[in-house]
Amino acid sequence: MTASAAGLLACEACGLVSRAQPHDAHQVCARCGSHVHLRKPHSIERTWALLIAAAVMYIPANVLPVMVTGSFLGTEEDTILSGVVYLWVSGSWPLALVVFIASITVPMLKLIAIALLLITTQLRLRWRPRDRTKLYRMVEFVGRWSMLDIFVVAILAGLVQIQSLATIRAGLGAVAFGSVVVLTMIAAMTFDPRLIWDAMERDDG
Amino acid sequence: MSDSAINPPLNPGSSSEAAPGASIIACLECDLLQREVALPPGGKACCPRCGADLYRDTPNSIDRTLAFTLAAVVLFVLANTFPIVGLDIKGHHNATTLIGAVHTLYQQDKFLVASLVFVTAILAPAIQLAALTYMMLPLRRGRVPRGLALVFRLMQAVRPWGMVEVLMLGVLVSLVKLAAIAQVIPGVALWSVALLMFMVAAASAAFNPRDVWARLPVTP
Repeated sequence: MTASAAGLLACEACGLVSRAQPHDAHQVCARCGSHVHLRKPHSIERTWALLIAAAVMYIPANVLPVMVTGSFLGTEEDTILSGVVYLWVSGSWPLALVVFIASITVPMLKLIAIALLLITTQLRLRWRPRDRTKLYRMVEFVGRWSMLDIFVVAILAGLVQIQSLATIRAGLGAVAFGSVVVLTMIAAMTFDPRLIWDAMERDDG
Repeated sequence: MSDSAINPPLNPGSSSEAAPGASIIACLECDLLQREVALPPGGKACCPRCGADLYRDTPNSIDRTLAFTLAAVVLFVLANTFPIVGLDIKGHHNATTLIGAVHTLYQQDKFLVASLVFVTAILAPAIQLAALTYMMLPLRRGRVPRGLALVFRLMQAVRPWGMVEVLMLGVLVSLVKLAAIAQVIPGVALWSVALLMFMVAAASAAFNPRDVWARLPVTP
């Protein structure tokens, strides 16, 4: 039996289960004082909005340079992908693989995974809820690792500032890439996995 | 450590079997109601329906959390005062601290990227460590600090944005990229960040939210 079926709701911050007050739009947890809801408010709509924004930013994030190197040889622009290629060619393929997974595979799979969760939940599909919850947990866990390239650009830009030899600047691609990471992280937070399970209650509750 | 218990699901009409004093909890990932069970030392309870972690037993949690947190505070200060890496190219020397890297991005008009690095590498870990220290020091002596619930919620909100372990990997990738063109000198802050990563992970593993909530009254 679920909490909502029993007229109860759990605080997302401290876990205290309390009786739902349907007429109180701003019900507050009796123990920790945070707002409590049966489900995260407007979860599907908010997650879609954030996901679409992230998908739009995903294009400049991969097309525009994340890093611009200026030296006496001229300027060189690096995108996310060319950065991985550089690592691969310069001989450290294990690191190239790590960066490839964190910067290219993870953001793309994250966009696909969140879209999949949203669509299956909206259609109230009863298909493999446990696996879909597991997918949600993975999206939440793995998202932060995409920040890797942002940190690399930050450190290189901070360090390589030798006017007579070479300077490194962060490019517009870094701004777009950073916003993809932030938008998908917030999208994962606004999605409510309990909605996956609500479809299971349809006719056996 | 990985001893786990599966909670009995709560079925309609079975409330008469409830053990006296056993509290009822709901899974935050699938909303299933269940009764709390006692855990073996170091064990954890999982939701029988969706498999989510419900709660853990962490022996000596307050003492261990405080110890790891205080160690992390020292490392955090070191990580932010000393240079992360230094660079030698043809007689030119340059070094950067974390905040120096943020400052450079800011000067390059990349305000968004600069803020993102500042928040994830410096501000969020700082808030997390300050909140843990503020909560654990008095709790260890059996006192409840002022605003405990608020501080806990602040720490919870900030936690996903603290990315010390990702920063560490980022520093390593930068080192490899630079090693091809210049002589790189790992700074004191590099070792501090590496150790900080382990201390933050250890503090989070030792910390048990239930120790905090057990001290707070429920006011209807």
